[in-house]
Amino acid sequence: MKLLRMKPGHGEILLAEGDVEVAEEEQRLIEAFRRELDAGMWAAVPSERRDGRRAAELVKSFGDVPRDAERVIFFPRAAGGSPHGADQAATR
Amino acid sequence: MLLALGTAAIVLVVLLWELARPHALAAFAATRAQLRALRVRARERREAAHLGYDPGRERRAEQRARELLRSCIEECDWAMYRDLGFLRVWGGGGGERAHVSGASYAYLIYPHRPIVAYVPQTGALLNEYCVEFPDHSRPYGSARLPDSDDVLAKWMALKADERRLIEQANMHLPGRQIDPEQVKRDLARLTRWERETGGEGWADIVRVA
Repeated sequence: MKLLRMKPGHGEILLAEGDVEVAEEEQRLIEAFRRELDAGMWAAVPSERRDGRRAAELVKSFGDVPRDAERVIFFPRAAGGSPHGADQAATR
Repeated sequence: MLLALGTAAIVLVVLLWELARPHALAAFAATRAQLRALRVRARERREAAHLGYDPGRERRAEQRARELLRSCIEECDWAMYRDLGFLRVWGGGGGERAHVSGASYAYLIYPHRPIVAYVPQTGALLNEYCVEFPDHSRPYGSARLPDSDDVLAKWMALKADERRLIEQANMHLPGRQIDPEQVKRDLARLTRWERETGGEGWADIVRVA
């Protein structure tokens, strides 16, 4: 399992990687997971359904992450935007 | 006589103010937004100056973000974003019904612009949902994710918990930030694009269009 985090000016970074079946590696994943949640991140697990459709699930604890998940992606929590956000985008 | 003239003058001024007020308030709001944007950009420039200038950083970041987005969404959705610059997500929680022609509404996801809700059957625009994912740690002087990361964050949040994302967003009527004519042109481009690229993976989408 890989824990990734979206980062401004960089794209995603790898926070931690390990096998959840190995206790030591799982512990490392859990600690990294908690750090990101404590920092205010949202955690999403992208997945593929049996019919081939792609989906995602927001998880609030490491226990909610499916054991067979390949990736957990952290990203900043959503906030209501404002017109100046669009102004910034337009000027870039 | 003077009293009548004075009263008439006051009434005239009040009427003129009532007529001009919406424009004046809009101009005031736009000026405030521009000043705020200038302050934010100035602060970002100051912070970026401390980190050293790297002209390729944003491009590399966007390239990584595009690869991540591509790995998470369906191939037809990736093609839509690559070719048109936006993503369409069916409303209704992303369940099975959300993929078929019965979907009563859908969203257009643009990078760093509001999410636009519309009726697929008619093209009528419903709302703009203004939402951002600011990273306050500002690792390179900016809180903004790369464009494709912003799109992926919106996509994941909508797919996973549509209601939660919409509740976080500021809702506005169409036209607040995105020109409705532009959205209509985008929907027309989407319809044309779907007809031209129609394949097995697009079958249900084409029926809706």
